[in-house]
Amino acid sequence: METIAMPAINLAVVMPEILLSCIAMVLLLVNVFVPGNNKAYLGYLSIIGLAVTAASVVNGWGPSVSAFNGAVVQDNFATFFKIIFLVSAGLAVLISDRYMAQEECNQGELYPLILFATVGMMLMAAGTDMMVIFLGLELLSICLYVLAGFNRASVKSNEAGLKYFLLGAFSTGFLLYGMALTYGATGSTKIQAISAFVMGNPSVASNPLFVVGMLLIATGFSFKVAAAPFHMWTPDVYQGAPTPVTAFMSAGPKAAGFAAFLRVMIFAFPMLKAEWGQLLWILAVLTMTVGNIIALSQDNVKRMLAYSSIAHAGYALVGFTATNAEGAAGILFYMLSYAFMNIGAFAVVVLIGKKGESNGNVQDLAGFGHKKPLLAAILSIFLFSLAGIPPTAGFIGKFYLFSAAIKSGYLWLAIIGVLNSAASLYYYLRVMVFMYMKDPTEEFDWAGATPAIALCLLLSVGATLALGVVPGTVLALAQKAVLF
Amino acid sequence: MNQLPLLSILTFTPLIGAILLLFVNKNSHGVLRTVAMAVTVVTFVLSLPLITGYNAPGTDIGGFQFIENVPWIAAGPFQMSYHLGIDGISLWLVILTTFIMPISILSTYTAVEEKVKEYMICLLLLEVGMIGTFISLDLFLFYIYWEVMLIPMYFMIGIWGGKNRIYAAVKFFIYTAVGSLLMLVALISLYFKAGGGDFSIIRFWELNLDPTTQMWMFLAFALAFAIKVPMFPLHTWLPDAHTEAPTAGSVILAAVMLKCGTYGYVRFAMPLFPEASAQFTPLIATLSVIGIIYASLVAMVQQDVKKLVAYSSVAHLGFVMLGLYALNTQGVTGGMLQMLNHGVSTGALFLIVGFIYERRHTRQISDFGGLAKQMPVFATMFMIVTFSSIGLPGTNGFVGEFLVLLGSFESSLRWYAIIATSGVILSAVYMLWMFQRVMFGELKNPKNQTLKDLNAREVAIMLPLLFLIFFLGVYPRPIIDSMAPSIDKLIAHTKVQKQVAQVAAPAAPQLPAGHVAVPGLPEGHPALPATQEVK
Repeated sequence: METIAMPAINLAVVMPEILLSCIAMVLLLVNVFVPGNNKAYLGYLSIIGLAVTAASVVNGWGPSVSAFNGAVVQDNFATFFKIIFLVSAGLAVLISDRYMAQEECNQGELYPLILFATVGMMLMAAGTDMMVIFLGLELLSICLYVLAGFNRASVKSNEAGLKYFLLGAFSTGFLLYGMALTYGATGSTKIQAISAFVMGNPSVASNPLFVVGMLLIATGFSFKVAAAPFHMWTPDVYQGAPTPVTAFMSAGPKAAGFAAFLRVMIFAFPMLKAEWGQLLWILAVLTMTVGNIIALSQDNVKRMLAYSSIAHAGYALVGFTATNAEGAAGILFYMLSYAFMNIGAFAVVVLIGKKGESNGNVQDLAGFGHKKPLLAAILSIFLFSLAGIPPTAGFIGKFYLFSAAIKSGYLWLAIIGVLNSAASLYYYLRVMVFMYMKDPTEEFDWAGATPAIALCLLLSVGATLALGVVPGTVLALAQKAVLF
Repeated sequence: MNQLPLLSILTFTPLIGAILLLFVNKNSHGVLRTVAMAVTVVTFVLSLPLITGYNAPGTDIGGFQFIENVPWIAAGPFQMSYHLGIDGISLWLVILTTFIMPISILSTYTAVEEKVKEYMICLLLLEVGMIGTFISLDLFLFYIYWEVMLIPMYFMIGIWGGKNRIYAAVKFFIYTAVGSLLMLVALISLYFKAGGGDFSIIRFWELNLDPTTQMWMFLAFALAFAIKVPMFPLHTWLPDAHTEAPTAGSVILAAVMLKCGTYGYVRFAMPLFPEASAQFTPLIATLSVIGIIYASLVAMVQQDVKKLVAYSSVAHLGFVMLGLYALNTQGVTGGMLQMLNHGVSTGALFLIVGFIYERRHTRQISDFGGLAKQMPVFATMFMIVTFSSIGLPGTNGFVGEFLVLLGSFESSLRWYAIIATSGVILSAVYMLWMFQRVMFGELKNPKNQTLKDLNAREVAIMLPLLFLIFFLGVYPRPIIDSMAPSIDKLIAHTKVQKQVAQVAAPAAPQLPAGHVAVPGLPEGHPALPATQEVK
């Protein structure tokens, strides 16, 4: 009888996850035992917790360390993504207190839920076993279902929660089934073992079990990153969910989806590059085009940003299709930039919104540029960055992604990509047309910014411009992160 | 050479000015205007050492000077540098920019009363973008400035423009952005064809790309530049943008921004892809000639003075393109001069249109008539500018247009030159006809009978332009001389590279590298130098 070999335990590898989970649990308890209705202090505690975790994550930069018998790894790829998750969680927390107070749903559970979701994302990026990736994904998704429906008094938020839950569960089913089939074909759930098996038995590529498994996994991840045609849930969920949650969902979990997607595809199925390259090409074109075309006709700023986030997933898929180091590095850089510019834009939406999420249409922004020049200028910077106009982070990110595609010979993909960027200009400019070029229809009353939201805007604007003007350091780090 | 980074100082002075303006109270219009004016004047003064220092002994005559080269981004396969430098071609465009800016700011003292702060900031940021475009030697940096230029102009048209301003602003932005995005794709492909390294344009010039690659890349670059020039049939954004833009916006758009397009051809499209450029010469010449004739005919029937001037811009830029594609010394020199001339005279025309618009709030030709009696100073200046725009000998327009026609006549574009010459006649028709209807005849309209003549500020705006009209008309030699070595380099380079690119081409006689110098013009005489074509 074979003895069960106990894997070596190396807790240092998962230290950031442990830390953040503990902090989240402590916050839950604090929330219960500290009386009072103002829960803003929990937000500040979360920020401290995220900062501590970030320090622990950065500490892990360097050579890869694998642990738990190859189920989890601490490498630069995971580290870079974890920083993106922590940044998006932090920025989302910063814009929450203002929103929650305004919508009168100031429950303290919000913050631990965001932190737990972040732990899930970190596990997704660090997992090298399909099961760990799946666990991370479930932890993330369940937190997000609750978060999407967090505003219990709002019908739309309830709808978002339920819709996300149903479709999310469905997509998780696809993913899990794909993993099971892959296990059936290769005999392992570990990415390395799958890769070794495929290398050793090239004939597996024609095994229907394996091919269907790969397709189902791709489908599952496409749901998570909201790639067309698996994007249907996005607009309703993004519009219905509380705005800080939407901001968080559009940046963090999308990046997490890409982290796991990249790791699985590049490591487990490297032999099938040609096959999934074709698949991703189609996905990228569809995603960019569908996202942009529907965003063109949106009046609601939040909904417009939601559709445009589909398009942005498409741009990232362009880099993915390239399947070279620049493409992967481009995704890392773009996801980081996107976290700053998109959450920044949502922060402005929170600031100008009124109770019940009214005042969120472009028409409501008429004359805003002259009433609140600073805020309007900040929003314009985010929008220019989202549209990919230099000198902003969005431009450098897109430049990198499209370069990667061109380098791999996907010239047409890059051309379709830039034409999509041009189309997106229209709806981003439209916001500015209303802000600067139309006269205000009514008096604009404004509750003012909280210190937290001001800090969020400051960080986002600073990062958007800095990553656009001097992107060298971060780009070099992204490049290092993808040298597996 | 250890000298001041003059070009950087020049680029960022307006930026510093814009940042300064942020801290000025938005209601103190006087302070805002004075600061903006001072900043642009300082920038202009700072640009003067470029003229005196250019082609100084010990420098690379005709090559790039005032070079600054600092590594900027180095990540993965890419190395971008902050690489600046000017040659005889960009030198004068930079000077034109710094010269036009104070004039356009002065022209807005009374024209813009609302949101003055934002307006001045836009103008200064625009100057940063324009100067940066002309001095960048790194393609990536060039692209950034090229795009940055769009943003302030978009706001200027959209916020301070006329009735249809939003349509015009969005059209302007999307038109130009589509072109430049395709150029971006070509730019990245070019970089990978060059096998990495940096984005230095000088290095890219030496590449020998195969004809098919050249063709596609040329098309992408040429499209971006053709939209900006604008060439027929991509010109439709221009009349809208011009008509709706505030006066200063029109002046800058016509005087400088359109030159970014033609400059793009000279600096990038032609020397980078000489083979493709030669291949497409008939197409570009055809479009230029169509542009000249068509825009002149359309200008003739315009009811709106500003629209008329806008269409005349399209025609003039057609001449520039024809000259550049003649690819001989006279043609290119004429094209370059015509760029400067167009900047001066069309800038002046837009200012003049601005003057009457400020007084009467209409630009319809039918609303005017007989203004000459009421506004004699205005009439005189308007007439001089009109003559310059037509290209009357003695004014700047003549020198440029004549050189262009001469150059293209002597090149393979002879027939195009012959047809284009009718454009000169047409321009006289539409300009003089308009002038006659606006300025002469009876002063019937009662609203026109109380019009005031130009005030001191307005005269001060016009005087430097009038001076240049005559100066460039009778003594363009200093400018031609300083441009000549760079132009020769360009022509020689483009022709040699073309031969290299032609695979298995029969051995052609080696081109004489030397240039047949442009003899100076006799002073006070507008006659043209008898140049010889480099064959």
